[in-house]
Amino acid sequence: MHRVAIQNTKEEYTCGSEDNLLKGMEQLNRKGIPVGCRGGGCGVCRVRIESGEYRTLKMSRQHVTAEEQAQGVVLACRCFPLTDLELSAIGKMEKCIAKHFAKQPMHT
Amino acid sequence: MAMTGVLRPSHVALRVLDLEPAVRHYTDVLGLLETGRDKQGRVYLKAWDEHDHHSVVLREADAAGMDYMGWRVDSIQTLKDLSKKVKESGLATDCCWIPAGEHLETGERFRFTTTTGHTMELLAEKNKVGNCLPLVNPDPWPDDLKGMGPSRFDHCLLYGDDLDGVVKLFTEVLGFDITEQVVAEDNHDFRISVFLSCSTKPHDVAFIRQPMKGAFHHASFILDNWGEVLRAADIISKKKVSLDLGPTRHGITRGETIYFFDPSGNRNEVFAGGYIHYPDKPIITWTSDDLGRAIFYHDRKLNENFLGVFT
Repeated sequence: MHRVAIQNTKEEYTCGSEDNLLKGMEQLNRKGIPVGCRGGGCGVCRVRIESGEYRTLKMSRQHVTAEEQAQGVVLACRCFPLTDLELSAIGKMEKCIAKHFAKQPMHT
Repeated sequence: MAMTGVLRPSHVALRVLDLEPAVRHYTDVLGLLETGRDKQGRVYLKAWDEHDHHSVVLREADAAGMDYMGWRVDSIQTLKDLSKKVKESGLATDCCWIPAGEHLETGERFRFTTTTGHTMELLAEKNKVGNCLPLVNPDPWPDDLKGMGPSRFDHCLLYGDDLDGVVKLFTEVLGFDITEQVVAEDNHDFRISVFLSCSTKPHDVAFIRQPMKGAFHHASFILDNWGEVLRAADIISKKKVSLDLGPTRHGITRGETIYFFDPSGNRNEVFAGGYIHYPDKPIITWTSDDLGRAIFYHDRKLNENFLGVFT
């Protein structure tokens, strides 16, 4: 099991190497983390990996270009941790987190 | 009464990220039948009760989404007439002819792009391979159907910006009727969504006004009844398919429905019910303040994922 830290929300969750990062987020049961198609096609779950190693399955190039992927931008539903990871939600997903966390108190 | 002009949706061509997992989804989960593969590596599938060679074409690509939607017209003469009308309407661009045989078992197709950025095709010829049942003294359904087993590819829901332009093209040029519409609550002349039919179905295609071009919300396949929709929901869990939402009922079309995603994120729907449309049936209007109930008749509230997730 690996530790995954979401920098925007200071949340942490555990994620096995055979589970994608989105599955771990979903199991947090926080509303406001947008879950989309879960298949790499819709781009809703875009994140940037800030540290750690990971592997990815094929992602829609409409939502992650080759250059972005080289910079650590991935779709959480197609990314699997190889080590502990730190990530930040970007794009549509980040806006969703910010909007909902304005209303909900953060867990400590 | 004779149906003339555009008869029905003939095919939807989808892009998938990985071909074989997609084929397994459309055959084992949805329950379509593979009918062929071409030299480009595209996979052709049909629903069991369709006679024509294919209604779904899958192509491996770098992005998910819909390449184009094809429509069967009743004759070669209609194809000639409608293609001329579409070209001269000013409501379509990139008009061209795709030669016979480019799709397996299919005649030439007239292709054009709508003002919403969607590529559509008209065709008059596609070879029939049969619906798994004999034409003489048949049984009501065939043996050995897998997965959800829908009888037919029914419609697509698409997102685009120039809703008024695409509605004008489909109604005034292609002869579709508006069956239902969603309008702004404070301005009933401003359409947010339109459901269009060329048949007696509640819709053969529908559009929602969104600030984008060429986007795909879902392809829909028809089941027989609510029990089959529940069974489809069970299959989604059994096969660990990505669930979108449902099973539930739509206010719009009265359809009993469930939505899920293929492995590349293209949304699928299976549904049952609805009603019969006739050309003289009055239009049903939904106002935007009741949109929750219009889409999710039981929950009666909007779902951000349903509207915001598309390929």
